[in-house]
Formats: sequence, structure tokens, C-alpha cells
Amino acid sequence: MNKTINQKAWLFVIPVFILVAFNAVVPLMTVVNYAFQETFGNNVFTWEGTRWFKQILRSDRFHSALGRQFLFTGVILFIQVPLGIAIALTMPKKGIGVSVCLVLMSMPLLIPWNVVGAMWNIIALPEIGLLGHTLNDLGFDYNFTQQTGDAWFTTILMDVWHWTSLVVLLSYAGLRSIQPAYYQAAEIDGANRWAVFRHIELPKMKKVLTIAILLRFMDSFMIYTEPFVLTGGGPGNATAFLSIDLVKMALGQFDLGPAAAMSLIYFFIVLLVCWVFYNLMMRNETQG
Amino acid sequence: MSKITLDNLSHSYLDKQNSDADWALRDINLDWQDGGAYALLGPSGCGKTTLLNIISGLLNPTKGKVLFDDKDVTSQTPVERNIAQIFQFPVIYDTMTVYKNLAFPLKNRGMIDSEIDSRVKEIAEMLELTKTLNNRASGLTADGKQKISLGRGLARSNVNVIMFDEPLTVIDPHLKWVLRSKLKELHQKINKTMIYVTHDQTEALTFANQVVVMHEGQLVQTGTPVELFEKPKHTFVGHFIGSPGMNILPCQIQSSTPVIDGVKISTNSQINKSNFSKTEIGIRPEFVSFSKEGIPVKVLKVSNTGRHKIIDTECKSGKIKVLSHPSKDIPSGSAFLSFNKKYTYTYGDSWIIE
Amino acid sequence: MMKKYKWLVPTIYILFLMLPIYWLLNMSFKTTTEIINTYSLWPQKFTFENYITIFTDNTWYTGYLNSIYYVVMNTILSVVAALPAAYAFSRYKFLGDKHLFFWLLTNRMAPPAVFALPFFQFYSSINLFDTHVAVALSHCLFNIPLAVWILEGFISAVPKELDETAYVDGYAFWRFFFKIFIPTITAGIGITMFFCFMFSWVELLLAKTLTAVAAKPIAATMTRTVSTSGYELGLLAAAGSLTIIPGAIVIYFVRNYIAKGFALGRV
Repeated sequence: MNKTINQKAWLFVIPVFILVAFNAVVPLMTVVNYAFQETFGNNVFTWEGTRWFKQILRSDRFHSALGRQFLFTGVILFIQVPLGIAIALTMPKKGIGVSVCLVLMSMPLLIPWNVVGAMWNIIALPEIGLLGHTLNDLGFDYNFTQQTGDAWFTTILMDVWHWTSLVVLLSYAGLRSIQPAYYQAAEIDGANRWAVFRHIELPKMKKVLTIAILLRFMDSFMIYTEPFVLTGGGPGNATAFLSIDLVKMALGQFDLGPAAAMSLIYFFIVLLVCWVFYNLMMRNETQG
Repeated sequence: MSKITLDNLSHSYLDKQNSDADWALRDINLDWQDGGAYALLGPSGCGKTTLLNIISGLLNPTKGKVLFDDKDVTSQTPVERNIAQIFQFPVIYDTMTVYKNLAFPLKNRGMIDSEIDSRVKEIAEMLELTKTLNNRASGLTADGKQKISLGRGLARSNVNVIMFDEPLTVIDPHLKWVLRSKLKELHQKINKTMIYVTHDQTEALTFANQVVVMHEGQLVQTGTPVELFEKPKHTFVGHFIGSPGMNILPCQIQSSTPVIDGVKISTNSQINKSNFSKTEIGIRPEFVSFSKEGIPVKVLKVSNTGRHKIIDTECKSGKIKVLSHPSKDIPSGSAFLSFNKKYTYTYGDSWIIE
Repeated sequence: MMKKYKWLVPTIYILFLMLPIYWLLNMSFKTTTEIINTYSLWPQKFTFENYITIFTDNTWYTGYLNSIYYVVMNTILSVVAALPAAYAFSRYKFLGDKHLFFWLLTNRMAPPAVFALPFFQFYSSINLFDTHVAVALSHCLFNIPLAVWILEGFISAVPKELDETAYVDGYAFWRFFFKIFIPTITAGIGITMFFCFMFSWVELLLAKTLTAVAAKPIAATMTRTVSTSGYELGLLAAAGSLTIIPGAIVIYFVRNYIAKGFALGRV
């Protein structure tokens, strides 16, 4: 679409700009303040330069939290994206089934995140939870509050439960926008099911899948409430992802300087990954 | 290559059919010779795309049979029928190059690489796509993409029939001419049966040797462009083909002669029965002229298109359009019209009386 | 062959989705003694006790009201502010437009945990701590970028000729905007409101940080139950079950728009 040059358009943007800046700029400046200075209260600050950054970047605690975070995000993307696409491909295309699927599948997305955590806590309890009880009955020694593996298994299962629907809905919408002529042409060209998926459906879903992966990356990288309620980051620090670790440091130990430095590094990583991924996807779009 | 026969074909998209309106196609019988160029012409929603999809095998008809060379193919898939179809919107595989697009149907049929290569190059040459062979197909213009769709159909050397479903819809007007003559040229070169679906009479009449006109799910007439023009079998054909379309006037039958406004009209029809619920006279504006006697009319408006004059007149029974040479003088106010008997037909319940 | 069993995949998936919800409901109708002492697939002694507690104790039900209050406030605020901005991004070029758009989106990428403490200090310093306004405003951080993004997609799908025809017909800009433009993108506004509602409703970290008593959200009230008295599982389950209802109602109303909205690839 051709856009008109109009500087007055800024007037339209001002409310949004003010509201977001109000929330983003001052708190971000606070974080920056703490990140480069030391304070003992009373608004007295001493300049610390990059000390906190060096400390965080060298700390084992940060390294392992970051490692856990990447592992978790990697695993859930690896499960949710293919699973979401598979479910979208098998969903009904017309009739009452469409509404039923859409409504029921959206349900987990609208449950407050701590309720999601609580819900999974209840179902996973080894003695009285459906999942925990069944697993123990089957002979597994399952206890997510005690064993690292079980805690990870439960957290990942919870996230798959919570967010796969987002990938499903996006993929489904992408599939629906494909003209029937594409399927007809493929049928006439003698394409098999895999070729239809590989050469028609996947390329047409590329845009929505990019968004799905970006959103899932961001939100899983920022995950806090659900694992906090489910496992509290435990056992030990086994499921203490970046946000949980950060809040522990800032509010639990009141190490404001390092926490602020960590915040900035954290934010920077999210931005960087999103930016790189987005550009990779879009460069493919324009090139040959 | 083969002859196509449609035998008593009916199709409905509904599970139960209560009235004629529930049928998308009704009682279609057709014979198409091998190697002919045919057009299916009709307004949107008349069922022409449905008919095309039944011939190609994308749809299974509710009733009736499709025969290729007298062999029943009704239950065969499009691949088994070995047909090619080009759609309204260019269908290309975005992620592939032009070359791979053209090779795709051959690969799916397990052809060996060296054969594919020579075949693709041959087709690219024919469609003037050679220069773009290694480009990504998604970067091409609409007409380039449509050429690829066509190329995928032509790539297979043994297709029985090539079908076009309004293939020029998204093409710029000035390129429509180019592509259409290209198609005509191709037909002469490869000599395969081609079926062309369109709602545009110019496209249909210039492309095809035989035009099939459809209306509300039925075939109303099959014929050469000249036949459709000179002797429309149904008032819909008269109205739909020609610009302006045929004049259709209600008339009474008095002792086997049609009468309009009390004037007896001599027509090319032999009226043997009179139990129609409505009878009409059909006459093209080209064959109406002003004369000393005939049907009394009032001249309403004269418009000059340069090539001819179109005169709107009105008699008691309705409006009549007259087409005349631009140099001719047109009477004003009251006048009389006479019809050329050879091209005047009587229609009973919309169908021609011969 | 494969087509015949295709329905199995979504069916199994939906069953998997429903299981934890069922278990939550199951627990909410059990008595505390039953929960602690027995394992049963459905309540042996069916009770409404937990729900009665919630509806009679005002620390519980005000939690719901608080949540709904700030969620609605945030939804309206986000959409009203985002509408003209999305229009501007879709229709006009102006100084710094691309940078501004990108900057807005980066805020969607900001981990709430990063902002929790500064938010607390900031909202305390401007005397908004423990108010609904504070939560509604803070959720604008991620909801406004989202709303602008979704709405921009919908507005760009409306041909510019619509605007031009209206101006030719002599409409003043704001009259055109309210009388013609907004009605043509109601589906988009519906979708946007749905997502703003959703993300504000499910968020807890900021909502909890910015409130103490007066504006405390229901989700935070529940956390208290978990931490202080671990055995009140029935009550927790009942409260959790109730938080599913507003979402379910909203989904039901927008179910037809969801697919359409997703189709534009904007969420």
C-alpha cells in the first residue's frame, strides 16, 4: 500500500507513545541506574561502571540458569511446533467440529498463569494427583518435588498443555487461507501427501509459523509464574529459569546491582535472538 | 488425446435434493471430439466450474458418467485420467524455481531425470520461459505465473485434455490478448483437446470452434460462434451473446402466427402447437430496420458508437433496440419497424420453435 | 485409510487438555478430608462447601472483582489508544515511524520479571501503588504493542480507497473515523480486545507486585492459600475453577473471529 507522508500522524501515535514510555522508560532507567551504581538506600549512589555486568557474566549461577533456560525453550519449541502443526492438519475444516475444536483448544490460553501452575501441581501430586498417582501405580518412582527429572518432565508437560494450542490456532489459520485451487493443482500434478505438505502447506504457513515461534520463544524465555507455582524453581535450583533466578536475586537477596545488570543482559538476549531469527526468516523471503 | 463424452450428468452439493434449484448441474449430455477447442460460456454461478471439475476428476458427479474414448472414467482420479487444468489464480509452488515447478508433475510420475530435463527445456522454449528457468517462481508477474501453471500441464506429453478455468482473470488487459493468441497458437501446434471456461463472450468466441452455453446448471446450446449468433436456441443465449443482446418481445399466437401489438410477424419458426405458458419473439438489433409499415414505435434515443448507431425504440409490448449504419438517417418521433424474417424466431417457454 | 482415523488426533489432544481441568473441578467438589485421605476419580462426598466459602468471604470475591476491574480498564485503554496509532502506522509515513514501531514491539519482549521491582518503586513514588489504575497502566506495557500490531494488520487489509471516497464525499476526518472506519474493522477490534483481555487476565507477576490489599487480584489471593495452608486444596481448586469461567465466556463469544484474526498472521 502506498503511504502518504504526513508528519501530523505523530499526533495519532502520541497516546500510545506516552502510555508505553510511561511504563518502559522510567522503570528501564531505574534498572540502568542500579546496574551501573551501588546504593545503600537514601538515594546515595556510587558509580560502579561495568562491575556488576562482569560479575554476572562470569558467575556460574547465571551460566547454569541461562543453560536451563535455553534447554527448556529448545525442548518446548521442539515439541510444540511439530505437534501444533500436526494437530492443525488433522482438525476438521467445516461444520460444528471447527467451533468445538477452537473453543476447547483455546481454553488453556485463558487460564491465569498461576492457576495453570496450581492445576498441574494438583494433578501431579504423587499421592492424590491423577498423573502422579497413575505414574506411581504403573511402577514409576515419580515425585516432581524431589527428583530433577520428574520436575522437568512435569514442567515441560505443563507448558505443552498450556501453549501448544497457540501454535495450533496459528497454523490452522494459515492452512485455512490456502486457496482450494492449490490442492486441486497438486492432485492433478500427482503430488503425494508429503509433497503437498512440503511444497504447499508449509510455505503458506511460513508467516504464521514465524510469529508462532517468535511468540513461543519470547514467552517461554520469560516464563516465571507457572514453574514458580508448580515447583518453586526446585528441587534445589533444577527448574529455576532466568526469571525465577532473577526475582530470587532481586527480592530474595536484595542484590539490586547484580540483579539489574542481569535484567539488562536478559532483555538484551531476548531482543537479539528475536532480531536474528526474524531477519533470517525475512531474508529468505526476499532472496532466491 | 481422446474424445470426451458426458452421459446424463447431474451434480448437487447437497445431500438431499428437493427442487431443481438444489442441483448445480442437471442432465448434461455432451460429445467432444478429440483435438477440438471448446469453450464453456455462462455467467458466474451457472455451474461451469463444477462441470469442469467433474471432467477433471476433482469432483465426483452425483449422477451420470464421464467417458474418455468411450471408456468410463467416472471413478478415476485426476492422475489416472491424465488431464491438465489451469486455474483462475495462478497456482505455483512458491519455494521452487521455475524449472522445478515444470519438472514437478513429471517427477511425481517417476520419470527419469534426463527425460525430465529435455522435456522441461522444450516446454520452457515453447512458452518463452527459458530465461527465467532458474529464478524463483514466486518472483514472477501474474502472466509469467500463469504460464508456469500452463507449462506444468503441457510438460506431460500424453495428457488427454487441457482445461482452463477462467485463466485470464488476474492478467492485465493488454496481456490478455497476447496470452489468448498464444493459447490459440498452442492449440494448433500440439493439437490436443482444450476446454476453456469463461464468462466473457469475446474470450469464448475467439478461442473456441465450439461454444457450449450454460445457464442455471443446464446446457442451453452448443454450436459454433456463428450459430450462437444467428440462431440462439434459448432466449438466454440470445440475450447473453451479442452486444447489445437480442430483443425479446412477448407475443400472442393467432392461428399459428405470432402477433405483436396487433401486427402479424412472419418468422422462421413453424408453430404447430399453442399450449405454451409464454411465447416470445426474438430478433437481434442487427436485423431490425425502419420501414414504411410494420410495428409502430416511438424513437426514444439514438447513440452513435462510431461503428454503428444504436437506436432505442418502444412499442406497446416493450422496448426494441435497432442497430444501423452510422451514416443512415434515423426518423424521429413515430416510426415503423420491420424484422428480417430469416433471423426472426418464435420462442415457446424460452426455447426456440423451429 | 489414514483419513478415517484423522479425527483421533484432535480428539486425543482435546482429552489431554481437558484432563487437568477435570481434575481441578473434581478436587473443588471434594471435602478436605477426602482429598487428604483418599484417591478417587470423582468426589465420593459431593460438596459445595468450597464454593460457599469463596462467595461468602469478601477477601475471596473482591479478588475476582479487582481482577475484572483492571482487566476491563486495561482492555479499553489499550484499544482506544492503539486505534489511532495503528491507523497512522498503516496509512502514513512519518519521521521515525519504523523505529517507533520496532521500539513498541520490543516492549512485548521485555521480561516482566525485569520490570517487577522498578515498577513497584515507580508506582509507589507516584502514589498509585495498590490501585486498579496501576495494574491497568502497567499491563499497557505489553498489551498496547500487541494491540497496535494486530490492529495495524486489520487496517492495512482495508483498501485506502475507502478513506479517499469518504473525504471526497465531504466527511471530516473524525466523523469518517467513527462513522465509517471503526464499523468496518469491528472484527479486528473484537480480536484485539480478546487478546488484551487474555494477556491482562492471565498475567500475575506485575499485578501481584503492584497491589497489596485494595486492588489485589484473585490469582494473588490464591497464591496466599497455597503458601500459608498447604492442605486447603479444595478451596484452591474451587477458586481456580472459577477463574476459568471469564475466559471461557470470552472465547465463546469470539470463536468465529479467532480463525479470521489468526488468518492475518497477527497475534
